Amino acid sequence: MKFAKALASATILAACTFGSASAADLVVGFSQIGSESGWRAAETTLTKQQAQERGIDLKFADAQQKQENQIKALRSFIAQGVNAILLAPVVATGWDEVLQEAKDAEIPVILLDRTVDASDDLYMTAVTSDLVHEGNVAGKWLADTVAGKPCNIVELQGTTGSSPAIDRKKGFEQALSGHDNLKIVRSQTGDFTRTKGKEVMESFLKAEDGGKNICALYAHNDDMAVGAIQAIKEAGLKPGSDILVVSIDAVPDIFQAMAAGEANATVELTPNMAGPAFDALAAFQKDGTKPPKWIQTESKLYTQADDPMKIYEAKKGLGY
Amino acid sequence: MTATLKGYALRLLPQIIALAAILLMVSFVFPGFFRLEIQNGRLYGSLIDILNRGAPVVLLAIGMTVVIATKGIDLSVGAVMAICGAVAASSITSGHSLAMTLVITLGTGILCGLWNGVLVAILDIQPIIATLVLMVAGRGIAQLVTEGAILTFNDQGLIFLGSGSFAWLPLPVIIWLVFGILVALIVRKTALGMLIEAIGINRQASTLSGVLTPVLLIAAYMLSGLCAAIAGIIAAADIKGADANNAGLWLELDAILAVVIGGTSLLGGRFSIAASVLGAIIIQSINTGILLSGFPPEFNLIIKAAIIVFILVLQSPPVRNAFTFLALLRASRKPTERQAR
Amino acid sequence: MQTIGDNLLSATRIDKIFPGAKALDKVDFHLRRGEVHALLGENGAGKSTLVKCLTGAYRRDGGTILLDGVEVDPRDTFNAQKLGIGTVYQEVNLLPNLTVAENLFLGRQPRRLGFVDVAAMNRQARALLENYELDLDVTRTLDSYSVAIQQVVAIARAVDLSGKVLILDEPTASLDAHEVEMLFRIVRRLKARGLGIVFITHFLEQVYEISDRITVLRNGQLVGTRDTATLERRDLISMMIGRELAAEIRAAREEPDVTGPVRYRFKDYGRKGHISPFDLDVRAGEVVGIAGLLGSGRTETAEILFGAHRADSGAAEVDGKTVQLSSPRRAIAQRFGFCPEDRKTDGIVGDLSVRENIVLALQARRGWTRPISRTEQNRLADHYIRALDIRTADREKPIRLLSGGNQQKAILARWLATEPEFLILDEPTRGIDVGAHAEIVRLIEGLREKGMSLLVISSEIEELVAYSTRILVLRDRQHVAALEGNRITADQIIEAIASANERGAA
Repeated sequence: MKFAKALASATILAACTFGSASAADLVVGFSQIGSESGWRAAETTLTKQQAQERGIDLKFADAQQKQENQIKALRSFIAQGVNAILLAPVVATGWDEVLQEAKDAEIPVILLDRTVDASDDLYMTAVTSDLVHEGNVAGKWLADTVAGKPCNIVELQGTTGSSPAIDRKKGFEQALSGHDNLKIVRSQTGDFTRTKGKEVMESFLKAEDGGKNICALYAHNDDMAVGAIQAIKEAGLKPGSDILVVSIDAVPDIFQAMAAGEANATVELTPNMAGPAFDALAAFQKDGTKPPKWIQTESKLYTQADDPMKIYEAKKGLGY
Repeated sequence: MTATLKGYALRLLPQIIALAAILLMVSFVFPGFFRLEIQNGRLYGSLIDILNRGAPVVLLAIGMTVVIATKGIDLSVGAVMAICGAVAASSITSGHSLAMTLVITLGTGILCGLWNGVLVAILDIQPIIATLVLMVAGRGIAQLVTEGAILTFNDQGLIFLGSGSFAWLPLPVIIWLVFGILVALIVRKTALGMLIEAIGINRQASTLSGVLTPVLLIAAYMLSGLCAAIAGIIAAADIKGADANNAGLWLELDAILAVVIGGTSLLGGRFSIAASVLGAIIIQSINTGILLSGFPPEFNLIIKAAIIVFILVLQSPPVRNAFTFLALLRASRKPTERQAR
Repeated sequence: MQTIGDNLLSATRIDKIFPGAKALDKVDFHLRRGEVHALLGENGAGKSTLVKCLTGAYRRDGGTILLDGVEVDPRDTFNAQKLGIGTVYQEVNLLPNLTVAENLFLGRQPRRLGFVDVAAMNRQARALLENYELDLDVTRTLDSYSVAIQQVVAIARAVDLSGKVLILDEPTASLDAHEVEMLFRIVRRLKARGLGIVFITHFLEQVYEISDRITVLRNGQLVGTRDTATLERRDLISMMIGRELAAEIRAAREEPDVTGPVRYRFKDYGRKGHISPFDLDVRAGEVVGIAGLLGSGRTETAEILFGAHRADSGAAEVDGKTVQLSSPRRAIAQRFGFCPEDRKTDGIVGDLSVRENIVLALQARRGWTRPISRTEQNRLADHYIRALDIRTADREKPIRLLSGGNQQKAILARWLATEPEFLILDEPTRGIDVGAHAEIVRLIEGLREKGMSLLVISSEIEELVAYSTRILVLRDRQHVAALEGNRITADQIIEAIASANERGAA
């Protein structure tokens, strides 16, 4: 049954419409990148949920990782005369023309989750998280938690050269500056995957005297942290107490680990980008209030004290 | 018998030397590299990590060797790993027993191989194109099974296959050792190896000699599918979840590289499974060595590429000929030097 | 250097050696100014090797080439063109996606201010083609014209570039009668201009229509050069396929007894586009020889008998029982064996050892689950290496390193190891040296005496006469004659091929 549902939703191609058209006062087109990660799937689910709650008729188009599909979808939204367009752009460049077309048709465009390299008068606003800030929150938590005791940190970076990897590293290091007791002793890429997270953690443990030298792990995403936790357990150490674990994203599985005491904290990259977007849109529709060019989503910190099991249950259904 | 053994050792010599050199090199940048201890009833150390982490590529390389020997190539193995990992996770979470799950998963891998084999052997599509189909489509199929998320499971039996241990060794190591020896024995103790080599060297002549070419070709791709299925199960069991997006990603290239380092020609024909396994272990040694070295991750790929290019250059015919020449030169010079003194 | 008289091109004592075989053995070839000179011979006779030596595509291993009385040494085809020797091949070697004018002037386009002067190029191209009665739109791409036109464009380019010698390699193979006429008009015109033209073909009627002289090669040796006007068609064929020794060999042998039972019976057996339906009975202890010119359906006959191609008409019987010979495997199950004509692509498995090549067919028949033990493999290999005198350092040597004759013997050994009862040999002596040649002929004799049934294809008539108990003559993919007993003579065979040929030409 689940399988059939997945099959059906995956075969919905670009520009297929979604949602009910009855009695909606707002029609919004949403061009989504695809479903390359659990987070992306959750973003799609939440966007649909948010639209339904507000009685917005959402037209959903899955671009399957292709910019030309997104441009096609945008043109079709413009032709249909929607009231607004949400765009999660797959790449940063090449949007000027189609955004101009939307502007000429007086359809506001709101960017979700990523920004574009185009003049900022071509879109109304961009709703994104602040990647540097996320790293910063994680770093602060660690600094507060160890409270001045010396602590050797190992870092699992995201894919080398990707902007989340660069910014989350930067933010974390900013938070650490001034705390001489905190030191990053090893830093390697785990490619954002569980497998690599586990493999790299295994080598960290070997390299740092079986893990006895390591006091904390900072992972650029939860998936790598989940892999690393297994490696720590297999090395005979207790993750969460022998080695503190802090990571970013707040996907459901990390809450399970937190509930089991194996992870300590995570910083949320909220998949609810649509909520703030719809709020801004409503204000604009009501009295023409122009939102700022950048709406930053909250980077919320969750710890073991936040009833992780409950959050896990709440997040589980979002399609992560 | 000793002559065959000697021939075998000679065949594997370049790979053994390359591996030894790399291990030595790693031990320079990371002194504790060769340390082994027993912890929680299993051997623990970087060498074991190499054998354990290398399991997926070793398994893929075993199947890839046989496919390449037939003058084919299987680009789909990474995607088949993802499919099989997804199928295993989905089967175990929907309540099937471990045995049933294994049967379904291995069957799925074999079926993927059958698909490739039919495209190559019956429809006569070039292997690189035929397997490209599943390489591209396969990850999509895996995502359909997992619904785009990492499908986690908690079945201790399945997890044991990825992170359990037996006789002080991690189970993945036992699995590839046993499977590799089994395949090598089947291939060499029956006539399969020779017939596969004959097909790879001259398919037309083999068919005219009465070799059942299509059946053997399909069987080779099915073996490759089976290897990918086992690798997929191990990869999923290792992280207690099926990651359709990342499981086996680009591993087909590592597997092909392992076969090449193992000295089997991409043009088909003579092959050695043991050499390919060594090739895979060489690749993993480089990977683990880089992780242990503590170099910034920006250098990972450059270091890996440089070492591999170096190994391949050493194996290339001109260099080997040059070495032989130098050896001869030295052998002929020695007496003269002595005379001069 | 006046001794060569009016010879435009004189090649003397040309040698070309390939590993395992001498492709050209002291061949002389003289081309006069203003003549069409046909170069003839069966497959592997050395025609194309000779042409390649003349055009620099191969470096010859010996001999001299004089052009206009001056010794030349073409390094490559480009160099040969500059010297004055141009070649046009059966598959036109121009660029189909460029225009006619571009093809004519490729690499030497008229330029103005460093840029290609397209207008001038097109003008010159039209002028050039007028000499060939062609009024083409030279700005269209070459592939918008028929093969015949493309052929003429290729000739025009070659003549314009070279201007002394024009070599036409099978130019008429894919042309219809009308197009051949057009081509011949152009050839005659070029001849009148004083060019020397070498014409390679296997259509004998065309040879008689266009050529002034004929040179025949066989087995890499020169058989002779004759004036076309005085050379009987029958004599030409015997020059091509040989006959001199046949009668003597035949006379020396006592007439074999072939009254054994018919073991293999093919009725109405054929395959569309390959070979017309034929009837064939083969008895135990019989050698059926297949004679015919190249392209007459010899190999096609062998291939459907062995199941390499499926017959689409007729039925096959072995010992009175109907059998399906739809694949080589099925044929092998009936104890058939087949040594193919093209050893390299269909016979040897190059990187495998001599031993593995010998046991391959036997192993394939037993199936992979029942391996032949290494001891048994060694015994088989050693036995045949000794019995057939296969010259190899040892049985583990890769077979590709052996000479052609020894490869052929190893393939024979592969089949003998399966203890076949019906052995089909397609050109078993092609491209191998004289010594190995005689050994294989003796071997065929020996196998027949042991009661085996054989079917042997050869373009060497003397050889067929020597070992055949019956000869089938093929022409135009049909079985047209059968010769038995004392009618098996070279004369009779040549008569059958020639009369068929004349009929075809009439």
